[in-house]
Amino acid sequence: MTRYSGIGLLKHALHHQENWQRMWRNPKPRDHYDFIVVGGGGHGLATAYYLAKVHQKANIAVVEKGWLGGGNTGRNTTIVRSNYLWDEAAHLYEHAMKLWEGLSQDLNYNVMFSQRGVMNLGHNLQDMRDIQRRVNANRLNGIDSEVLDAQQCKEIVPIMDCSSSTRYPVLGASWQPRAGVARHDAVAWGYARAADALGVDIIQQTEVVDIVVEDGVAVGIQTKQHGLIKAGRIGCVTAGHSGVLAGMAGFELPVESHPLQAFVSEPIKPILDTVVMSNAVHGYMSQSDKGDLVIGAGIDGYVGYGQRGSYPVIEHTVHAIMELFPVVSRVHMNRQWGGIVDTTPDACPIISATPVENLFFNCGWGTGGFKATPGSGHVFADMLANGKPNKLCKAFNMFRFHDGALIDEHGAAGVAH
Amino acid sequence: MFLLYCPHCEEHREEEEFHASGQAHLARPTDPDNCTDVEWGEFLYFRKNPKGLHRELWHHSAGCRKYFNVLRNTASYEIIGSYKVGDWLDAPGEKKS
Repeated sequence: MTRYSGIGLLKHALHHQENWQRMWRNPKPRDHYDFIVVGGGGHGLATAYYLAKVHQKANIAVVEKGWLGGGNTGRNTTIVRSNYLWDEAAHLYEHAMKLWEGLSQDLNYNVMFSQRGVMNLGHNLQDMRDIQRRVNANRLNGIDSEVLDAQQCKEIVPIMDCSSSTRYPVLGASWQPRAGVARHDAVAWGYARAADALGVDIIQQTEVVDIVVEDGVAVGIQTKQHGLIKAGRIGCVTAGHSGVLAGMAGFELPVESHPLQAFVSEPIKPILDTVVMSNAVHGYMSQSDKGDLVIGAGIDGYVGYGQRGSYPVIEHTVHAIMELFPVVSRVHMNRQWGGIVDTTPDACPIISATPVENLFFNCGWGTGGFKATPGSGHVFADMLANGKPNKLCKAFNMFRFHDGALIDEHGAAGVAH
Repeated sequence: MFLLYCPHCEEHREEEEFHASGQAHLARPTDPDNCTDVEWGEFLYFRKNPKGLHRELWHHSAGCRKYFNVLRNTASYEIIGSYKVGDWLDAPGEKKS
């Protein structure tokens, strides 16, 4: 792998940028791998990368049905933060945050991680009490977090309507300065390039149609395009389709798949240099470097695998954004899309061994998986390498829904579900 | 936008009048005092999540406020039909479980 650098950029400029090397190979799959990661999104590619880099493993493959980062990795609103209420979740997301802070250097790939801060608004007294509780919990866990009043919110985001005359007035917010956004495609590509350089085989356009289980042990995957590929350990990181893969292996997961949608506006001049989220009026917005307003909506209430969302949700979200930012009322929306998120009953992920030996699942990230990409890959690589969870992901096993040790982050995380 | 048929109102109405209430035909354990943790866990948290035909409970929350079941395809979004709680609607190629 040729390293990217400023000098390299100049050199290639002299040749009209025509001689850039391919970022990853397109290998034919072998018959057997020690580790197979199913799912070539950010989490799956990060898992393969850390397996090779941190755990010095070889003979690793990532199998992807479509193209890299074509699922939820390329469909989210790119927000990164770690201000979660409960210790288990806070430690996991803060672990990811620390990896984000050095990710571009680590991967030698600019993931455009921009720590522009995230604001979670409160619109009534109870919101503000919850915010104070969460900020205090964050600070005890060493996570930067502050409580802002309406005046301070207005100073950071001048275009926001913070007057008391609105239907849901802004009373204040929690504020995490280290939070921000990253370029989602670059995260997938950066991990893919770095993993490929360490010898990971990335096999695209290969759909898994069955997980082969013999005497309760997973021994390989059956693919539509390349037949049987045997494996030592299999890690499934397939987001909305996790339930389908679990079904192939013969068990159920406590997840439900829902469409979650987002949309972007036409590009406009810079008006918002941070991320604003509101749980109560149910909308969130940031502005990309291109100038598009990136707006996130809620999930559809029913199970769905169509990668599009319903119109009532769009309307509801536009109401919320209009209420908060009356200045954008005449901005046109450019594109709208949906991704399939796998939600769990407690809004926390499942990073777990399963009833089938040598088969592991990393799923259930629901509406907030992007922010955890490096951390998720890091702990899941550890689980695949050692066959057991480390202390960061121990609490997130799927059997918590049997013994009742849930990590109830619903609402507490200050996100719009 | 779904156009759902409410078997109580006997009319098609728009999706916004309804609230999706999850998987249908969930039977509460008959002997709750003697359930194991696993049985309770399965009842409370484990839901069918098929990519294909799915039986769901819907609430006509902004209409008659009664519950009914819908048989729907979660991949193509085709609605096969609605039926009252306690009834059954046969789906093409599916046997009653």
